[in-house]
Amino acid sequence: MTLLATLARVEAAAAGRARPLSQVLHRRLAGQPLVIIPLTLAGDPATPVAAMTGTSRTDQQLLVVSQPRNRDLRLRFLTSLASTVLGYIAARQHAAEIIPATRTHEERRRYADAPQILVPNRAARDYLGLLGRATRFQRADGPYPVDPSVPTLGKWLTFFADRADQPGSALLADLTSILAEHWATGQSPLEDASLAAQLAWIDPPPGMTGLQAALATEDPLRCPPAGPATDPGFDQAILEPLIRNYDRAAKAGSQAGTDRVAAEITTALRGQLEPTWETIWHAIALLRALPETAGAGRRWAADRDSFTSFSSYLGDGGLPQPRRDHAATAAARLDRLERAHAAYDAERALEDPFILAELRTTGEAFAGEVVSALPSRTTTTPAGRTILRPRFTVHTDDPVRIEPGRVLICPTRPSQRVQIADLPRAGTDAEVVLEVIQGMGTPARPRPGAVPAPGELVSYTLDPGYWAPRDFPPVDQTPWTHGGPPVRRAEQTEEPQS
Amino acid sequence: MSEDCHYDPASETDQVIAAVMADMSEPGQRGIIVDSPPGAGKTTLVVRAATELATSGESCIIVAQTNNQVDDLTTRLARQEPSLRLGRLSATDYIPPATLLTLPDVTVATRIDDLGAAQVILATAAKWATVKDRSWGWAIIDEAYQMRSDMLLLVAARFDRALLVGDPGQLDPFSVIETPRWIGLPYDPMQNAVTVLQAHNQDLPVHRLPVSWRLPASAAPVVSSAFYPFSGFRAATTAGDRHLEFTAAGIRNSADVTLDLAARSGWALHELPARHTTRTDGEAADAVASLAARLLTRRAVGMCERHPAGQPLGPQNIAIGVAHRDQADQIRQALAHTAPAAAAMIRVDTANRLQGAEFDTTIVLHPLSGRSDATAFHLEAGRLCVLASRHRHACIVVARAGIADVLDAHPSDEPIHLGVRAKFPDGWEANHALLAYLANYRIPAP
Repeated sequence: MTLLATLARVEAAAAGRARPLSQVLHRRLAGQPLVIIPLTLAGDPATPVAAMTGTSRTDQQLLVVSQPRNRDLRLRFLTSLASTVLGYIAARQHAAEIIPATRTHEERRRYADAPQILVPNRAARDYLGLLGRATRFQRADGPYPVDPSVPTLGKWLTFFADRADQPGSALLADLTSILAEHWATGQSPLEDASLAAQLAWIDPPPGMTGLQAALATEDPLRCPPAGPATDPGFDQAILEPLIRNYDRAAKAGSQAGTDRVAAEITTALRGQLEPTWETIWHAIALLRALPETAGAGRRWAADRDSFTSFSSYLGDGGLPQPRRDHAATAAARLDRLERAHAAYDAERALEDPFILAELRTTGEAFAGEVVSALPSRTTTTPAGRTILRPRFTVHTDDPVRIEPGRVLICPTRPSQRVQIADLPRAGTDAEVVLEVIQGMGTPARPRPGAVPAPGELVSYTLDPGYWAPRDFPPVDQTPWTHGGPPVRRAEQTEEPQS
Repeated sequence: MSEDCHYDPASETDQVIAAVMADMSEPGQRGIIVDSPPGAGKTTLVVRAATELATSGESCIIVAQTNNQVDDLTTRLARQEPSLRLGRLSATDYIPPATLLTLPDVTVATRIDDLGAAQVILATAAKWATVKDRSWGWAIIDEAYQMRSDMLLLVAARFDRALLVGDPGQLDPFSVIETPRWIGLPYDPMQNAVTVLQAHNQDLPVHRLPVSWRLPASAAPVVSSAFYPFSGFRAATTAGDRHLEFTAAGIRNSADVTLDLAARSGWALHELPARHTTRTDGEAADAVASLAARLLTRRAVGMCERHPAGQPLGPQNIAIGVAHRDQADQIRQALAHTAPAAAAMIRVDTANRLQGAEFDTTIVLHPLSGRSDATAFHLEAGRLCVLASRHRHACIVVARAGIADVLDAHPSDEPIHLGVRAKFPDGWEANHALLAYLANYRIPAP
């Protein structure tokens, strides 16, 4: 935790109400997100009990497995979930735009919209990935066939879970993480993993402090857990006896009996899920009040690209994603995530004054007043060409921790790049001499306003730069250092169990 | 030790180097790993191996991790073997240091095709990753434990056989991305290159350089047992070979007792009163700065096997090691007050950046000083090992009292994963071991 985030937490605890950490939204919130709240059977990972889904507060669908240990009932549940999710996805696969070719990319098609799945917390996000793994290898042919939509659901859920690791992606997101980016509560980050408690600090009911409201959410009767794990008291006192009743009715062969118990189970689970459903839409409403940044739109476009290409992969009969990454795919994925991480951090710093302020406390950014400027300074390159290299000096009392020579960027002049030419210190103050190396024009035609004038307040932070994706060897050319090419196996027959 | 009269560090090292060379001339051997403790002559080995390969007509490249390391190796190789034609491959924005340009038979180029005549080509791993469609018989990979395995994957097609040299006790490479996705896979891209190479090639020979030429006799045994529990090493020198003397006195202050002890014994623990502080502990920074300043005003002179008559200790021979960058910053500011003339020349840096460097005397701000908890970052054995193994004469550790209690309250609780080999030494245990040893050299500061 950074200094400012810690301070905000302390202030929130003292004031009894969360403090803002950011007042802009760095992620697209779709107009119609698909909210999914999964519940799992205690002690049995990847065995779903129920899921509540829907694209608006009033459009709510509850899917329930009356006996989660029964494979047929579980598959029926997964088929219904598949129909919901795949239907939602298909509705976004109609309108498309054509992106004209650039120097590095060919012309391509991109869907105008993309699906967005919102879940209450990080555990639910991981749970969808787990469900994806459990279903993507199931077969629609051979012994014990499943509905063809089930493996397709698995591939999509795996795609969403994989994409969610990409910093700034919005295809699958969990609300506690998004809220934590925007508000510091007066409780620990661990306690923030409970959506209801976190929201209690952010928007407590009238007449209550955040702490009182958060304490009230600890009562599992008023506020059942947001899942995927259920409340153990509920499991013991209500769910387990009902499931046993269901088994008895099924053993007796009474259709009316199982129907009656199934209805009771549904009612009980609805009671567990509905409070979270309300909380989620409350959180979404709070987030919708925040303005979206330009970067959020750009990242959503990247999400749409990725959605489009995965759609066509599946359209071409794409196999399920392998159980584990190969050496080269793992390395390439890490490279992609690291580049996205650097770009996401830099874009947010430029678009969000709160984040820039945080970087100033750690010395990775600084702000101050321009005290002098040489807008028409020139130098000569080794090749003998005269180039414009304006310099200006910024007085700052920030603890600048950037070595001379590093390239910096600023929020107000996005096309400008500067380099620290000199950094003399006097006590805690510094006079940073900056040289403009990009965006200043030529000696004959200097760009007006490219160099800040004395008296102007400016701020600068590190430019992460751009580096091209690395060229990892193809999987079938894996070198001996990494085990050589993988031995060919029929990948799609792995994990045949349900 | 009874065998000390027969102890010949040079021949022990030579035996290991000869064994490495013998393995390299074995035709079927694809890779050889050489573990090198701090200051054990890793560069000497690299230079020797490169020379032998080049003179026997083998094509050979050298892969290092940073531009500084490549420049150092190039200079060493050019000075030792002036007959070799060397190529220094670099990125376009790299500015070669002046010393490199004055060397004969060293060509600096940004494209591999411009280095056609070179017998040995040196570059960073990142630069080698951009070279395509060429391959060489041998690669010597320096600081292989600092290299991430995804980088090895990128450069592996450039060579048939490899000699990997590095210090297993230093800091592991890291990533800003936190994901459990690849934990336990033999080719986890976040692991270091040697671990991944060994996971796939379990029969590769591993050699260990047995002697530290850097660490004094006072430091080698404790560093060896705390950080290299299964592959110990010894100091090349004996207790009498190295010591510090002060040639000026001046008015004594609280730093002097600590300095005297460090000069006499090679270690000192300058212990400030127990207190929970922020990361930037002003009192600790002042204590570090005043120790450094006092070391200079007392005109320390170091006697050693290289300088039996003594060599004055200048600011460039002193380093100050810390865990975090803001601490380094704070100490630099404190130094500007206490030793304004020398402040710019004293190296103040984090453990990550001090890896591989060597100084006469180091002053270390203990990573756990003033902390109320011990996180995995602060417990990492490599961090403390780097800080405690940079010196040739003495190491002064500055810390708040009570670190042992912090350790006891925070046993390492890192999860155990299937398929991941337990890492030795355990950071928590190494911290305790060093602390227990330092307790013998404790000077309570007022």
